Amino acid sequence: MAIQVSLPTILRPLAKDLRRVDTEGETLAQAIDFLEASFPGLKDRLVEDGALRRYVNIYINDEDVRFLGGLDSELSDGDRIDVLPAVAGGQ
Amino acid sequence: MTRYDDLLSSVGRTPLVGLPRLSPAPNVRLWAKLEDRNPTGSVKDRAALAMIEAAEKEGRLKPGDTILEPTSGNTGISLAMVAKLKGYRLICVMPENVSAERTQLLRMWGAEIITSQAAGGSNEAVRRAKEISAQNPDWVMLYQYGNPANALAHYNGTGPELLADLPEITHFVAGLGTTGTLMGAGRYLREHKPDVEIVAAEPRYGELVYGLRNLDEGFIPELYDETVLTSRFSVGPRDAVAKMRMLLEQEGIFAGVSTGAILHAAMGIAAKCVKAGTAADIAFIVCDGGWKYLSTGAYEGTLDEAEDQLDGQLWA
Repeated sequence: MAIQVSLPTILRPLAKDLRRVDTEGETLAQAIDFLEASFPGLKDRLVEDGALRRYVNIYINDEDVRFLGGLDSELSDGDRIDVLPAVAGGQ
Repeated sequence: MTRYDDLLSSVGRTPLVGLPRLSPAPNVRLWAKLEDRNPTGSVKDRAALAMIEAAEKEGRLKPGDTILEPTSGNTGISLAMVAKLKGYRLICVMPENVSAERTQLLRMWGAEIITSQAAGGSNEAVRRAKEISAQNPDWVMLYQYGNPANALAHYNGTGPELLADLPEITHFVAGLGTTGTLMGAGRYLREHKPDVEIVAAEPRYGELVYGLRNLDEGFIPELYDETVLTSRFSVGPRDAVAKMRMLLEQEGIFAGVSTGAILHAAMGIAAKCVKAGTAADIAFIVCDGGWKYLSTGAYEGTLDEAEDQLDGQLWA
């Protein structure tokens, strides 16, 4: 199962400076564990006490996972995951 | 009513127009709330007027006072208009990479501008404004990201207007910036129609904006309450520009890029409703017209070119 994850600049040093990495899993938690095996330390930057870190936003096919099921959000083949820091928008 | 005592009295009560060409089915309809019809041409007139009048009522703001605000454009333009008519001085802290039109408009309306570094985007403007505010304790910072009057403007205005014009509303879609529109109108609609879905469309910027962000120093507006929302979509510049152009081509509405991002989310929901066979009346916010963004390159050339042009800009 191929799921592509795009990482923000700040996390790339933990992933051999890659902008996009492939992962596997039926849930977001599994997909993060899969990445952690190749890139130790990445999980700790995303997850804290079993939940997403406050200033980390993760999107599956552009939808914020906090409204899908958090770390239990389901994944399917071909899904696209984006990891982004929370920033101020608005005008 | 179309006659008002002065310009400030004409803020709000904007039209809601149907989009018969973009609506995907007879029972799945899209409705645009034309906030560009406000006095300075954006939804922000509502929050600016409400925040200034709340500060006056609380005694925080007296004639001749100086207002300081972090803003990348529209809120500044709205505050400048209200400040001019009410006799305040306005200083805006804005990222140096916002469009040229916005800077010029602010100066035209009499605002003074302090720029913050492009890298770091609005986060940096907020940080700078807080710093300047601490050095100038007599200046009044209304702080749109945490000022309850911002959300209240939409609870008292946008929300009731939507429900009155579209009692059958099933979805409300708006941009997620200060979160004022979604929090205020969202709460009002939820209280009166518990099943209504409140959907946020959040701009996804280019690398430069996120580039130097530390994940531990992120920013979440104080007004934001996740429980008001049903779902939240991240929309990149390519999709936003494509839908912004579609809105003009098919429905004749000339809107800014952030409206394109909102329409993208609204059309995604509409498509899901058609697939599920459910009826829907989806209202979304047209934040402003396209005039202020002509220099960004979003309105000409191919989508690839527009996407390249917007990279690194705060387009919403």
